[in-house]
Amino acid sequence: MIPNQDVEITKDLIAEHGINDEEYAKILELLGREPSYTELGIFSAMWNEHCSYKSSKLWLKTLPTTGERVIHGPGENAGVVDIGDGQAVVFKMESHNHPSYIEPYQGAATGVGGILRDVFTMGARPIAAMNALRFGAPSHEKTRHLVSGVVEGVGGYGNSFGVPTVGGEVEFDPRYNGNILVNAFAAGLADADKIFLCAAKGVGLPIVYLGAKTGRDGVGGATMASAEFGDDIEEKRPTVQVGDPFTEKCLLEACLELMQTGAVIAIQDMGAAGLTCSAVEMGAQGNLGVELYLDDVPTREENMSAYEMMLSESQERMLMVLDPDKEDVAKAIFEKWELDFAIVGKTTDDLRFRVIHGGTEVANMPIKELGDEAPEYDRPRSEYPAPPALGDIPSGIDANQALLTLVGNENGASRRWVWEQYDTLIQGNSVQIPGGDAGVVRVEGADGKKALAFSVDVTPRYCEANPREGGKQAVAECWRNLSAVGALPLASTDNLNFGNPEKPEIMEQFAQSILGIGDACRALDFPIVSGNVSLYNETNGIGILPTPAIGGVGLMADWSKMMTLDFKNEGDVILLIGKNGSHLGQSALLRDVVGRIEGDAPEVDLDEEAKNGAFVRGLIDDELLTASHDLSDGGLAVALAEMSIKGNLGATVEATSDVETLFGEDQARYCITANSANIDSIKARAKDLGVTISELGTVGGDTLKIGDAISLKIDEIRAAHESWFPDFMAQEAAE
Amino acid sequence: MKSAVILFPGLNRDRDMLAALEKITGHKPHAIWHGDAELPKVDLVVVPGGFSYGDYLRAGAIAARSPALAEVKKHADAGGLTLGVCNGFQILTEAGLLPGALMRNRDLKFLCKTIHLKAENTTSAFTNQYAEQPVFPCPIAHHDGNYTIDPDGLKQLQDNDQIAFRYCDADGNVTQAANPNGSIDDIAGILNAKGNVLGMMPHPENLIEKAHGGNEGRFIVESLVEAVA
Repeated sequence: MIPNQDVEITKDLIAEHGINDEEYAKILELLGREPSYTELGIFSAMWNEHCSYKSSKLWLKTLPTTGERVIHGPGENAGVVDIGDGQAVVFKMESHNHPSYIEPYQGAATGVGGILRDVFTMGARPIAAMNALRFGAPSHEKTRHLVSGVVEGVGGYGNSFGVPTVGGEVEFDPRYNGNILVNAFAAGLADADKIFLCAAKGVGLPIVYLGAKTGRDGVGGATMASAEFGDDIEEKRPTVQVGDPFTEKCLLEACLELMQTGAVIAIQDMGAAGLTCSAVEMGAQGNLGVELYLDDVPTREENMSAYEMMLSESQERMLMVLDPDKEDVAKAIFEKWELDFAIVGKTTDDLRFRVIHGGTEVANMPIKELGDEAPEYDRPRSEYPAPPALGDIPSGIDANQALLTLVGNENGASRRWVWEQYDTLIQGNSVQIPGGDAGVVRVEGADGKKALAFSVDVTPRYCEANPREGGKQAVAECWRNLSAVGALPLASTDNLNFGNPEKPEIMEQFAQSILGIGDACRALDFPIVSGNVSLYNETNGIGILPTPAIGGVGLMADWSKMMTLDFKNEGDVILLIGKNGSHLGQSALLRDVVGRIEGDAPEVDLDEEAKNGAFVRGLIDDELLTASHDLSDGGLAVALAEMSIKGNLGATVEATSDVETLFGEDQARYCITANSANIDSIKARAKDLGVTISELGTVGGDTLKIGDAISLKIDEIRAAHESWFPDFMAQEAAE
Repeated sequence: MKSAVILFPGLNRDRDMLAALEKITGHKPHAIWHGDAELPKVDLVVVPGGFSYGDYLRAGAIAARSPALAEVKKHADAGGLTLGVCNGFQILTEAGLLPGALMRNRDLKFLCKTIHLKAENTTSAFTNQYAEQPVFPCPIAHHDGNYTIDPDGLKQLQDNDQIAFRYCDADGNVTQAANPNGSIDDIAGILNAKGNVLGMMPHPENLIEKAHGGNEGRFIVESLVEAVA
């Protein structure tokens, strides 16, 4: 008997699958009959928010996705961008938020595994990883446990797989108390003419299953990721997958070996909604039908139903269409790496998705409507409320104390505790590791000089105050971080984390953020080539801060010219690129020192951003600088403090001592240093290009002095900066 | 100098090691898949780092019992030079080619950072090029690097000059504070009694050129070149 075949399709069952009345009516119309239980599961898996992008597609279409260097934009497993010499960088970012809250280690680990698979599925060897993590307030009872588990999970998977983690973000805010964010980025290197895609080609060709066996883990995971959390969260633990980086490493090597042989016609990894999503995408994108024989699927549990097999999210699995003439070559490679493989289906010419189990057809559905013609909504939006006006800033703020707070609290302190748990050095190409503006990795197979730079950024409090400017700012800061190390920003990926899109205010927030991202990507020639949307990040009705994380990739012709942020030499001159600080709305100072969250987000002048970035890159390329750092949270004072700590050198800066100058978060700004002999030519270049530049002071001594407001020993600033994270995490052991 | 690198599924610093050996010696090393029983005739056999067989059971335990390791053992028993780095060190201890064992790091966390090493023995086949500059910064990346051995075994290592490297601070002071993983006697790498097998947790293969911020890792292979010349 086939399990579950006689399940009655009730109203409750339909609702449990996240399918609304309108969608169910569409299902009845498409099938011309009531769906089977398995079919209901398949519809639910394909039409949920996570897989179908039904609420977001309309807005995603407004983003710029093409460019001179873009080989493949969104729609594939990852974006592909030309980096010259016949090489391409393949990259994407993806969320694993809901699973990581329920089971932090496995949730984070499989998030990393999933994004790595997206990259090597396209024929690229992963060369860099990053992650953007957001947790609740440090005082929240779950935070420490979640930080510990997520960081260990990210490291556990990435370290074992063997990819260097070169960048990332960690942020704490009470708005993530019930819904943390785990966004994982991966980039790989491929030959530009050997990119593998998921669209099946050719009728009657075998569909091959490769990798780990299928179990019951993760059944319904994508549907879970498309709903808000309630108090029943503990019951959702079985929907979290379990990762096995060892199998994934074997899968990587086997896939890359197999791709060399020319046997692979199409390939798709099994991520969200597992076998269902991968098989449907292969067929739908290739305009072919697919027939699957579930009795041939390798399973690790007995008596699995068709429903479970189709919705399992067991990790480390691939589906491919192979050239039948090269089946023996393929088999030898799978056996060498001791991976399960089986022919589990074939392509057909009838555009139907058929699933056969125990000799019975358990699903027969139109493949296009499941896949690329899934429902799409223009969800209602309402006017977005303006943030509370910025009140008077209290006089008498102790700037020394404020600086120590901003570099030493949960959001300003060093993330060393986190990134020292990640292998940042494996592959031997990491020329800049976390702790700077961007991670930089040397590119193998070229002239030995070429390198890629990576950064991931977003300032959620800006997005909440002003979604359009916040969206712009996320892109601008990422672009600026790449420029600050001397890399030409090439392209980006977005990971859009928002609350419930069925609330008109959230939908407006989402739409405005995307419009802002689009504005900035167009102005900065920084197309979005891949991405992921994570909605319904709410618990018991409270949404997260809007968090559209932007991951960017930049190209550097010669890594030996790369800039770092640490002060290098006594006597170097410090310069500010961009205007003097003035904007305190939504600033870190206002939130963390004054204790108020008010005002508008800083305005992003994209022309100025483009001009200043190009100016800094030019100086770096001509080897005129000794250090460079972008200005962001905490403004000028925090940037100078970071440059001092890392370089173990102080500075004397003659700035006016008002809090706006010290801590304002105006955009499009960099702090640079140069040998005094180069200052005149740097200033002359700035004048020619119309770039605002001002001389701030000189590097030297063991104290950071800014005007008459700040005078702190480097050791004292460092102690504040380095101690918060280890101290906070050590309390776990003490409890 | 001819070399071979043994490959097990799950290793991941194999490519780093192959590249480093080629850059230092000018010769492409043999890459030997564990299933291929024959070991070519070479001067040096290297077991590189990573997570062989996922570190399931215990780090290095499964690889140590493979037919390929029996071949490595034959090579070492015949006096052949053998180097195990990180997971390779764990495999060599599991296989009995080196005494002692590697346990979880003191803080129970994976740790990747640049620490300082002091070459304590500067006369062995592996370390003779460190005499002039015994203290150097070197990267580590491991979860199970906490070396331990029984008191008699430790005394033997000390008396027989088998401690190749210890963790130290930038000035060369060997202290517990400078020891990243809590290893006994601050040990980072050891030699066997005959001096032809070296196991170490740090990664000299990630310290061979300007892009790595230093080239002191080369000295191990350069010592060997000197020794076999």
